[in-house]
Amino acid sequence: MEIGLNHYLVLSTILFSIGLIGVMRRKNLLMLFFATEILLNSVNISFAAISHYNGDLTGQMFAFFVIAIAASEVAVGLGLLILWHKRHNNIDLDSMSTMRG
Amino acid sequence: MEMFLYIALFAPLVGSMFAALFSAKPKTLIAGIIPSALLFVSFIASSILLVYVLQTGSSIHVEMMTWMATGELYIPFGFVVDQVSVTMMMVVTLVSTVVHVYAIGYMSHDKSFNRFFAWLSAFVFSMMILVMSDNFAGLFIGWEGVGLCSWGLIGFWYHKESATWAANEAFIMNRIADLGMLIGIFLIYWNTGTLQYDEAFAAMPALETDVLTWMGIFLFIGAMGKSAQFPLHTWLADAMEGPTPVSALIHAATMVTAGVYLIVRASPLYDLIPNVGLFIASLGAFVALFAASMALVNRDMKRIIAYSTLSQLGYMFAAAGLGAYWVALFHLMAHAFFKALLFLGAGNVMHAMKDELDPFKMGGLKKVMKGTFIMMTVASVALAGIFPLAGFFSKDLILEVAFIDNHYIIYSVLLFTAALTAFYSFRLVALIFHGEERYKLFGIDPHEAYKFMLVAMSPLLLLAVIAGVFKMTYFEMVTQVLPATEYHIDSPIVYWIITIGTQLLVGAAIFYAYKKYTSRDIKVPDGTSAMEKSFGYKLLSNQYYIPYIYEEFVAKPYGKISAFFWSEIDQKIIDASVDGIAKAFYNTGENTREMHSGNLSTMLKWMVAGTVGMLSLAVVFGLAARHSDGVASILSAIGVK
Repeated sequence: MEIGLNHYLVLSTILFSIGLIGVMRRKNLLMLFFATEILLNSVNISFAAISHYNGDLTGQMFAFFVIAIAASEVAVGLGLLILWHKRHNNIDLDSMSTMRG
Repeated sequence: MEMFLYIALFAPLVGSMFAALFSAKPKTLIAGIIPSALLFVSFIASSILLVYVLQTGSSIHVEMMTWMATGELYIPFGFVVDQVSVTMMMVVTLVSTVVHVYAIGYMSHDKSFNRFFAWLSAFVFSMMILVMSDNFAGLFIGWEGVGLCSWGLIGFWYHKESATWAANEAFIMNRIADLGMLIGIFLIYWNTGTLQYDEAFAAMPALETDVLTWMGIFLFIGAMGKSAQFPLHTWLADAMEGPTPVSALIHAATMVTAGVYLIVRASPLYDLIPNVGLFIASLGAFVALFAASMALVNRDMKRIIAYSTLSQLGYMFAAAGLGAYWVALFHLMAHAFFKALLFLGAGNVMHAMKDELDPFKMGGLKKVMKGTFIMMTVASVALAGIFPLAGFFSKDLILEVAFIDNHYIIYSVLLFTAALTAFYSFRLVALIFHGEERYKLFGIDPHEAYKFMLVAMSPLLLLAVIAGVFKMTYFEMVTQVLPATEYHIDSPIVYWIITIGTQLLVGAAIFYAYKKYTSRDIKVPDGTSAMEKSFGYKLLSNQYYIPYIYEEFVAKPYGKISAFFWSEIDQKIIDASVDGIAKAFYNTGENTREMHSGNLSTMLKWMVAGTVGMLSLAVVFGLAARHSDGVASILSAIGVK
């Protein structure tokens, strides 16, 4: 069986769902970052796959952008996380409710 | 000539706005003088127009600007000065100039002096629009304008409960009638496609009689309200709560005659429907008698004159209904002069008597108020229709019209009313000016009015005496636009019998009134005499119990229905649904507040839920768009278009 576009898209969808569940269920901030990474990379897979399928490099270029931005986002996020951990000695999401409206 | 037309029309508006600038300030004499002067200017301009119309026999028609132009509908602000409207303009500007000057003296001690002149001049402006407009829409604007100013002036002393009540009564009664008038105007527009007088009347002979009859009836309903004809008459007597110059100008000389003017203006319509005309004439004759009978026993000086006005309006409608439009207009003019004079005289008496209105508490005032005495006597003689004063020429002419047209019932009713008119007029004069000086019992020290007020009244006095002279000139002028029917009784013997008979009857009524009410036995009635206890007296002094009937059978049930609608429909349905909408939003906010817990995890869950929702919508719409044909066939199968 040849591996075609659909397989990639299915994989991407599965990964995206895993990421979504992680975003909803995880209470650990670090795990939340992991889940976000899974989300972004599932999208990257579909970008790359569709780009290859169409013979158009734009999608792959976009995937690179996403990777770059994800890296910088994680860098900022981890910085904030360490700062939070130093101050409060935990990284539990439920304790972060200072933005309560 | 157009310039004079605009001056005549807009000078009162300028005066009104000038006085309105000072309306919140204490008395400023200039706020009275400038409007009066501007009205005099308007009067001069009207006179120039009158001379022009008399000399050339042509009318002036201007279109100031377009008011409405949408599709087929075209209504301009157009004004016409023809033989009919110039008559009205003369009456309105002359009487209002006199009344304005008079009011400077009459209102001099009133703290709302400036506001009074703002309203009064605004009234004159509205009245000028009413009479000068060349279409029914403009007429209606003026019609509503005079109604509004009348409301403001009846309720001028708004701190008095009775005045505000009377003002509202007048306004509401007129609203009822105006609905009829509006329907009439709509009918005219639907059937002729235009509201311009000349075009609409030109199109009318081609219409069916039924349609014309309805038009005539609905327009007359409007006229009934403004001219206080039965059964919408009760407001006029109550309108006497306003200051006396207002009664003289609005509720005697000008506004209440607007109904007659409307009938005269619509004479081409009423000529086509003589049945409606006969109804108008019969109602007019009835009102003449009905109002005169109430004036017989009333003990309020101003109300007596108000009933007299009502009665004379009945005469005018009788003439107009019988097709004698020029006679109606002539009586309107003559009546305006002597009735305004009578009212202004009554105002002088009121001032002298410290606002006492009961003529039984006066008596013998001729010694202290000589000028007023002469004026009121002359006005009463003119009203009674004694030769050679104005009333003889105009009122007896109406009697002749009824006689010549073989409406003997109307004739005899009007003849009897003429005797009653003479009686109540001179009852009033006798009680006020002759006999014992009963006012001394009440410790009042009467004094004559300011001299300039008497001078201001003198033009009216002059006209009340000589207006009859203009009869033939007037006939020749006005019949260029109105049907020129001359009313002559063929046989000279019958003519002389009728004329002299009427004069004798009226003379006898005057003599009887004098004899009865100048005697030394007249006392202030205290409700014990046999006459006051009789049924007839009670019926008349309670105005045939009509206000009572209106109160019991119209106002109270209406109040109850309103209360029911308020508590059951307004509060429980309308308010409840509006409040329900507001409460729904409030509750939504209250319940969704939980979303904003500040907990990142919860917020992320909501974000995911939103994303999923949007994505599903996108998928649904995408599928629907792809399978639109199938969807359409399914929808049509279940009956959705």
